[in-house]
Amino acid sequence: MTKSKLLEHNMVPYHEIIVGEEVEALLEKYKIKKEQLPKIRSDDPIVLEIGAVPGDIVKITRKSQTAEEALFYRLVIETIV
Amino acid sequence: MISNRIKIQRIPKRISAIKFGLLSPKEIRRMSATNVITADTYDQDNYPIDMGLMDKRLGVIDPGLKCSTCHEKAGDCPGHFGHIDLVVPVIHVGFNKVLRKLLRSICWNCSRLLLEQERKTIYLEKLAEVEEIGHMPDNVINEVFKEASKVKECPYCLELQKDIKFEKPTDYIEDGVKLTPTEIRSRFENIPDEDIRVVGMDPENARPEWMILTVLPVPPVTVRPSITLESGQRSEDDLTHKLVDIIRINQRFQENRDAGAPQLIIEDLWELLQYHVTTFFDNSVSGIPPARHRSGRPLKTLSQRLKGKEGRFRGSLAGKRVNFSARTVISPDPDLSINEVGVPLDIAKVLTIPENVTERNMPFLKKRIMNGSNYPGANYVIRPDGGRIKITDINSEDVCERLEPGWIVERHLQDKDIVLFNRQPSLHKMSIMSHFVKVLPGKTFRLNPAVCPPYNADFDGDEMNLHVLQTEESRAEARILLLVQENILSPRFGGPIIGGIHDHISGMFLLTRKDNDINNRISKNDALELLKKTDIRELPDPAGTFEDGEPYWTGKQIFSMILPDDLNVEFSSSIGVKDIEEDKKTDSYVVIRDGQLIEGTIDEAAIGAFKAKILDTIIKEYGTSRGAQFIDDATKLSVRAIMRSGLSFGLADEDIPEEAIIQIDEGLSIAEKKVRELVDLYNNEELEVIPGRSLEETLEMRIMQELGKARDKAGKIADSHMTLENPAALMARSGARGSILNITQMAACVGQQAVRGARINRGYHGRTLSHFPSGDLGAAAHGFVNSSYKEGMSPTEFFFHAIGGREGLVDTAVRTSQSGYLQRRLVSALQDLEVQRDYSVRDTRGVVIQFLYGEDGVDPTKSDFSKPEAIHRIFRSVTKKKDTKDKKEDKKEKEA
Repeated sequence: MTKSKLLEHNMVPYHEIIVGEEVEALLEKYKIKKEQLPKIRSDDPIVLEIGAVPGDIVKITRKSQTAEEALFYRLVIETIV
Repeated sequence: MISNRIKIQRIPKRISAIKFGLLSPKEIRRMSATNVITADTYDQDNYPIDMGLMDKRLGVIDPGLKCSTCHEKAGDCPGHFGHIDLVVPVIHVGFNKVLRKLLRSICWNCSRLLLEQERKTIYLEKLAEVEEIGHMPDNVINEVFKEASKVKECPYCLELQKDIKFEKPTDYIEDGVKLTPTEIRSRFENIPDEDIRVVGMDPENARPEWMILTVLPVPPVTVRPSITLESGQRSEDDLTHKLVDIIRINQRFQENRDAGAPQLIIEDLWELLQYHVTTFFDNSVSGIPPARHRSGRPLKTLSQRLKGKEGRFRGSLAGKRVNFSARTVISPDPDLSINEVGVPLDIAKVLTIPENVTERNMPFLKKRIMNGSNYPGANYVIRPDGGRIKITDINSEDVCERLEPGWIVERHLQDKDIVLFNRQPSLHKMSIMSHFVKVLPGKTFRLNPAVCPPYNADFDGDEMNLHVLQTEESRAEARILLLVQENILSPRFGGPIIGGIHDHISGMFLLTRKDNDINNRISKNDALELLKKTDIRELPDPAGTFEDGEPYWTGKQIFSMILPDDLNVEFSSSIGVKDIEEDKKTDSYVVIRDGQLIEGTIDEAAIGAFKAKILDTIIKEYGTSRGAQFIDDATKLSVRAIMRSGLSFGLADEDIPEEAIIQIDEGLSIAEKKVRELVDLYNNEELEVIPGRSLEETLEMRIMQELGKARDKAGKIADSHMTLENPAALMARSGARGSILNITQMAACVGQQAVRGARINRGYHGRTLSHFPSGDLGAAAHGFVNSSYKEGMSPTEFFFHAIGGREGLVDTAVRTSQSGYLQRRLVSALQDLEVQRDYSVRDTRGVVIQFLYGEDGVDPTKSDFSKPEAIHRIFRSVTKKKDTKDKKEDKKEKEA
């Protein structure tokens, strides 16, 4: 059985790693430090798939009932226990 | 001394860290003011006994005595701890969980943690990591315990590990032998510091052996004050009683041991001491009987003081009793504004508002002081030095003379003061709203019935609370944020939660019905009578004239008077079928143009709470004040409108014609026959099974379906014979009260009674009641009620109805308690989240929960019933195009 990609699944929103300026712009926009972002564990299946490592920021584009599309950002953290 | 203390208090302090740890025996002795060795409290002269439980060094509670430790008198002395030296160590119940885990994780012989050195290093690193991120270390520690307790052989001394069983409440059994606290303590004493760190404890501040008590701290006297009864007898606090027990047993143990008593007696006494110390901490430990007072009441010991709803946290710290509040029964008054609350005179004379004296309000306040306790008066004045003077008939003149700017007068509540009004349970923000006071005679709080929905109040004996705001800031905040009119639109669904109920809807419905009725020709006097309580004083051009030449007006015209002049709305009303063409024929499509009700009937969809389309539009276009004004006018107008004809409901209103009864009976007997056929099919095993169901389930479902249909059909027949002239039908269709189902049950057929969603299937073996043959699967045998409420039920039907009714009652009782707890947990989890100025939602640490509130950043109260309609409305009002039609046309254009 070939393993299908999670991102291709209907229910999984689009995840991508953002870097450099985009990160700075995000932190500047909300005037926050990295640690104040919501977290996602490094052993999360989707994180493994896109190859993000702790410290990376993942941008999630979700479908929304209210707005058509909603953006979320999560900080990848080390998995402890 | 005193000045020194005040100085100290004024220095602001910042807490940089809080350290938690266990009290070591050394520390307990260090903070102890005295060793307590006597179980007695006071001597014959009511003087505290030295080294007794009420020793003066532990603090004082009797006025006149001075504390021997700090030399302060009662009230100023904070109290000081003492200690009891326990002859033998005992276990502290609160640490049982940790004790158990730790005992299983260390070697019984060499006391070392049962892990290889490298595993320990790995866990230490993990702990450091977790601490750095600021997470709780619980998960790591639990893993340590889990891994260590699985080890069979000590890696250091190579001893085989034994199984340790824990028996409630305080016994540890190792291979069938009970471990004494002394043994446990000595094992813990030998654990190396490094191993203690691996299990997440700090050997400096919390050594495991400190969880076994050798010294018991004695709480200060101020924590357990004794009270003197009227008879002069002293009654000691529960904690003191418990301490007496502990000291007595402790002494007995010592004596017995010194006398060389047999091991059995020693063990018994040890267990007794353990019991007393355990219940001293927690008197609700499972597995042991709670310690009781002489009267049989369980003692309230330390953990009982803290735990639960009435405990220190939820009862004393998170919630407190308040002053300047009142509670009484509520009753309705449609002539009050929704922003007002009627306050009984007796309450207004007790609740006060502190008013600062200035040059300008001096004469006014002087008059209040002169009135004293006569309304409108004042109860107290406060001097700038903080002294309170009670105003009496004797000193009122004197106080007036001395009054100057800078003083504060506590004057009686008067009209237009702002107060908070609340009904429990306070489930949402609209459960506490601010109202303006209207002082009225009587003994109840009065409120406009239109504000009942947000409070979920009715007038069957409900009581509500009122709080008088004491500062300018709070009053300003209450006015701007909490006033009823600011809360008409609910953030829950973006529509009005306040609006007409019951009679308001019936009244408006009667008033605005199609004007072919003689009732709807309203003479000048009647028109003015209808609008009497509103501010409207001029009538529009009459709709026509009576035969005698007198002008008359229609109900629609009168209703239009309370609308804003340039209002435009169109919608289908409750009685309509949501089809414009169809509804226009039945006068149930409402068209309001330029503030005139052109066609349509006003009912629940127009002014009812939760639905009110007109109210919603008015608030969104003209603001909350106009909205409040509209509700005020509507309630006043509607109660007068309903009084023009009156609306009553009696037994005769449930009457339906003979032929309808026959029709209904026919329908029901056909249904019964069908049920019998289904049962026959089932018995002959010819019934077709619904996929995923058993044969029995299929039968039950089919029968329920059939009978449900039968009842609906009966209802439809009854309903078709009730015109809008029938008050029950009028109320049900306009949405004022009741439903078609209620009418069905009253006039046609009560229908199937159910328990847990299925037909009634309990009682005797094979049958529900002895009135039916065993194995009868027919409709009547399983709770189908053929009769209507009006006809009356047969004895068996009545019994089934009682079964169904009881289930409803139990359900509501269970549901409220469960949903209450669910709500409490939800609120605790969410209470600190806040929408920030950039529309992100964050917690107190600044961690983002939502990057844009609700993902679209929209305030639901500003949207049209939570639909993104607002922009369309603005668009329409600018382009002056009519609503719904354009959409259809737009679509057509697009399609074309």
